[in-house]
Amino acid sequence: MDFLVFQYPMITVQACLDGILLGVLFALIAYGMALQWGVMNIINIAQGDLVILGGYIAYFMYLYGIHPAWGVIVAPVIMYFVGIAIYKLVINKVVDRDLFISILATFGISILFMQLMNFAFGADVVLANSGYGTTMLFDSNVVLPNSKIFSAFISILFAACLVIYMKKSKLGRAIRATAQNARAAKILGVDTEKVYAATFGINAALCGVAGALISITFTIHPYMGLPYTIRSFMIVIVAGLGNLPGVAMSGMGLGVFEEFADYILGTEFRIGSVFLLLVLILVYRRFKLSRKREYLK
Amino acid sequence: MKLNKIILSFVSALVILFSTSIASFAKVVGDKIILGAAISLTGKYSSNGVHTQNGYNMAVDRINSMGGVKVGGKTYKFDIIYYDDESNPKRAAQLAERLISQDGVEFMLGPYSSGLTKAIAPVTEKYGVPMVEANGASRSLFTKGYKYLFAVLAPANLYLDVAIETAVELNGGKPVRIAQAFEQDAFSQDVRLGILDAAERTGSKIIIDDKLPKELNDMAATLVKVKQMKPDVLVVSGHTKGALTAIRQIAEMKVDVPMLAMTHCDAAKLSKQHGKNSQYALCASQWHKSLTYKDDFFKDGMTYAADFEKEFGYDPPYQSAESSAALLVFKDAFERANSFDQKKVRDALAATNMQTFYGNIKFAPGGQNVDKPMVLFQVMCDASGSCENKVVAPLKWASAKLIHPIPKWSER
Repeated sequence: MDFLVFQYPMITVQACLDGILLGVLFALIAYGMALQWGVMNIINIAQGDLVILGGYIAYFMYLYGIHPAWGVIVAPVIMYFVGIAIYKLVINKVVDRDLFISILATFGISILFMQLMNFAFGADVVLANSGYGTTMLFDSNVVLPNSKIFSAFISILFAACLVIYMKKSKLGRAIRATAQNARAAKILGVDTEKVYAATFGINAALCGVAGALISITFTIHPYMGLPYTIRSFMIVIVAGLGNLPGVAMSGMGLGVFEEFADYILGTEFRIGSVFLLLVLILVYRRFKLSRKREYLK
Repeated sequence: MKLNKIILSFVSALVILFSTSIASFAKVVGDKIILGAAISLTGKYSSNGVHTQNGYNMAVDRINSMGGVKVGGKTYKFDIIYYDDESNPKRAAQLAERLISQDGVEFMLGPYSSGLTKAIAPVTEKYGVPMVEANGASRSLFTKGYKYLFAVLAPANLYLDVAIETAVELNGGKPVRIAQAFEQDAFSQDVRLGILDAAERTGSKIIIDDKLPKELNDMAATLVKVKQMKPDVLVVSGHTKGALTAIRQIAEMKVDVPMLAMTHCDAAKLSKQHGKNSQYALCASQWHKSLTYKDDFFKDGMTYAADFEKEFGYDPPYQSAESSAALLVFKDAFERANSFDQKKVRDALAATNMQTFYGNIKFAPGGQNVDKPMVLFQVMCDASGSCENKVVAPLKWASAKLIHPIPKWSER
C-alpha cells in the first residue's frame, strides 16, 4: 500500500490536480486571514466558522430551489455584514490589545458560532448538490469533479478582484496604509476604525465565498470549522503576511502535500501531517531568525 | 461560636439524611415509575438525540395509555426525567450521577451513541442501577463484564458482516477483495473488526484499509485507490458525514464498484440528499419498518411507523424504534420481577426473552441482544427519481431482490 503512488503512476497526477484545486480554495480563506492579521494584528480563530456559516447560506438557497452556485454572490454580501457586526460588537474592543486577547476573543466567537449554528441549523451533516458532473482525463484514469474546478476558478476570480481592488480603490489604499503604519495613516486622515471594520467585513465575505464553494464540493456541519482555521493559519505562517503570491503558492503546496500524505501515510494522518508541517516550519523559521539575529550582532 | 458550629453540623447532617431518605423513595412516586435519561438534545448528536427521545416518549405514552405496568397487583405509569448531556461524555457521566444520587432514579434509559453510553455505564454499574440502552452498539460495551447494562440492539461488529457474506455468496462462494474506509471512532472501528472477522472466515482479502479522520469531508484519495485497484466490495462507515461524503464523491468521480456497503444511510437521509446518486447503496440497519415482528403495543413495524409519523411528522429512523423497544423491555422486566428491587429487576432483565415490533430481544451475559440479526437494505430508485430503502437481506424479510453488481456509471 505504501508505494501505491509508484504502482499506479496516474495517482500522482490525480493527487497533484486534486491538491492544487483544493489548495486554491484554502488559499482564498488564508488570504482573508492574512489580510486581517496584517491590518489589525488579529488572528481570527473563528475563520473556519465563518466559512461554515457561508456554506449554510448556500445550502439554504439550495433548499429553496436556488442553484447553490449563486451562493458565491449572496453569501459574501450577507457575510460582509456579519463581519461588520462582529467587528462592532467584539473585535473593536480588542483590536489594539495584546495578540493573546484577540485570540481568546475570536476563540470565544468561534465557540459561540458553532453552538448557534448547531442550534439554528441542527447537527445534521448537509451538502448542496450542484449537478455539475465530472471531467475525465487520461482515458478516464484521472477524474476531476467539475464542482472542484468551479470552486478553484471562483476562488481565483475573487482573489484577483480583491488584489485589483486593494491596488486601485480608495479604501484599498487606506487598508494598505493602515497595515503599514496605523498611526501614521490616522495622522494623514485615514479613518482607521472604518478601515478595520471594512477589513473584517471583507475577510468574512471571503469566508462566505469559500463556504458556499465548500457546500458544493464537500459537506458542512456546525463543528467542521476548525480544520479550515488551522489550514489557513498554516498557509499564512508559511507565506508571511502581505505576500499574496506566497499565499496562493503555499495554499496549493499545502493542498498537494495533504493529498500525498493521504496516499503515502494514510488518510488518518492527513490532518496530522498538516500539524506536523506547521511545527517543522515554525522551528525552521525560528532557526533562521536566530541566525539572522546573530548576523545583526 | 463552638455551639453554632455544632448546631450547624447537626442541621446539615439532618438535611443530608432527610434528602437521601427522600431520594430512596423517588424511584416510584405514587403510581409513577420514574426512569432517568441523559440525552443529547444539543451538540453534535442532537438530531439523533431527538430521535431517541421521541422513541422513548412514544413508548411511554403508548404503555401508559394501554394500562401501564402491573407490579404487585397495582398499576404504575412510566415517567422519564430527561437531562441534556450536550453530546459531551463528561457531562453525560455527571448527569448520570445526578440522576441517581440527587434525583433518586433507580432505573435508567441509555443516551445516544456508543461514546456516551460508555461514559454512563461505569456510573450505573457503580450504583447497581439497571440501564436498558438502545443506542450504544460498540462491542467494547459488552466485554467489560457489566452486570446492569442491557442493549436492545445488535453489537456494532455485526453491522456489515452480512454484506461480506452476501458478496462471497454472490461470487460463487469464492473469496472477494475488500476495500474499506472507517472513521476512527469506537463505533466505526467495531464495524471494521466485524469486517476483519468476516474476511478471515471467508478467506477474503482486504486490499484497501483506510482510516478516516474525525473531520472527514473528503475521501477522494480512498476512492482513487478504489478506482485503480478495483475491489469487489467497498465498505464505508463514518457516521452520517461518511455516508454523505462517500456517495457524493463516488458519483462525482464515477467510481465503479460491484457492491457498496455503508452504515448510517437513513440517519444521513441519503436518498433525500443525494437522490439517484445513492441508488444501489447497501445499508446496515438495526430495524426497518417492513420487518414482520409483532407485539401488543405497537402491533408491527408498519403500524409503528405510521403512528410515529402521525405524532412527530417524520418517518421513524431505527434510532427511534430501538428506543421505543427499550421501554417495552423495562415493562416486561418489571412485571416479571413483580418488584422494584433493583437486583430482582436486573435478574428479570437478564432473563428477557420476548418479541417486540422492533425484533426479538434476548440478552447475552455481556448485555448485548443476540436474538436480532441486522438487516441490509438497498436504496432503489424508480424512473421518476424517487428513492426508497428496500430490505434485501436476510432473505426471510427481503422485500426486493438485491441488485448486484451495481451497474457501471457509464451504463446508468
